[in-house]
Amino acid sequence: MDDLIIAGKSFKSRFMLGTGKFKNKNELTECITLSGTEIVTVALRRIDLNRHEENILEYIPKHITLMTNTSGARNAEEAVRIARLAREAGYGNWIKIEVINDSKYLLPDNQETVKATEILAAEGFVVMPYMYPDLNTARALVKAGAATVMPLGSLIGSNQGLKTKEFIQILLNEIDIPIVVDAGIGRPSQAAEAMEMGAHAVLVNTAIATADQPAVISKAFALAVEAGRLAFLAKLPEQKNQAQASSPLTGFLYEK
Amino acid sequence: MKLIINGEIKIISGQPDLTSLVNQLCPNPKLVIAELNGQIIKCQNWNNASLKDEDKIELVTFVGGG
Repeated sequence: MDDLIIAGKSFKSRFMLGTGKFKNKNELTECITLSGTEIVTVALRRIDLNRHEENILEYIPKHITLMTNTSGARNAEEAVRIARLAREAGYGNWIKIEVINDSKYLLPDNQETVKATEILAAEGFVVMPYMYPDLNTARALVKAGAATVMPLGSLIGSNQGLKTKEFIQILLNEIDIPIVVDAGIGRPSQAAEAMEMGAHAVLVNTAIATADQPAVISKAFALAVEAGRLAFLAKLPEQKNQAQASSPLTGFLYEK
Repeated sequence: MKLIINGEIKIISGQPDLTSLVNQLCPNPKLVIAELNGQIIKCQNWNNASLKDEDKIELVTFVGGG
């Protein structure tokens, strides 16, 4: 299958994994191994000085590309600050910008996201902004130097699938950088649907981390992403409103 | 000395630098990123970062996230 290329780096897998909400972090490692994902997201938080916590990085194999999200940022300034902290830690400069100031729907603030993208791209970060699928914003993000755009399929953690399908399709038609469908993908079939449309990759977290068997479902998602990509590359035929027989309509056995 | 660490007031004895403070407070110092009064301090400079009363220190690390 064709490689996914982001910021000049080549990836075999088009399935990205979020690392939040895993009850057992060993399951995260199993998911990474079994799904073959090559890009995972992590977040930054204040250390809890009152209790010992295991560090998530210990559960992520070294060959994986880490992308730190800026979750917790309510504006561009805070997102920039989080990105700089992440880079300081020495784990690369890939940043998923996530600017959210609404705690009910967790919808991204597109305007602040564009601002943060502009600043961070100019500082040499590989910027992957999480955004509400709006064409004008996507164009502004490209102009600001984004490496990809990451439109939401539906609300974070909602497992509702591609509620924004038509608008993601517009981005796919008009935007020339990779498009990663992020948020709300709840089933492998929804991941496949996004890939069949021509999305370049899919990011899933909640649907895997909160499943009974995370590793098994991560594999199912990875396979669905691959199947969807193959279907897209093979150019699916259009839908029709009338039947078209699959078998020949002449030469029946008992025809007179 | 009184320090504000991750928003909490902490009384720390002696005259620690950032290295000794992080070692004292964090179980896994290798994965800690430190900010002193809003400025990121690279870990190779922690030894030179002397602390004074009322300094604001942020100690952050990586956690799971989507």
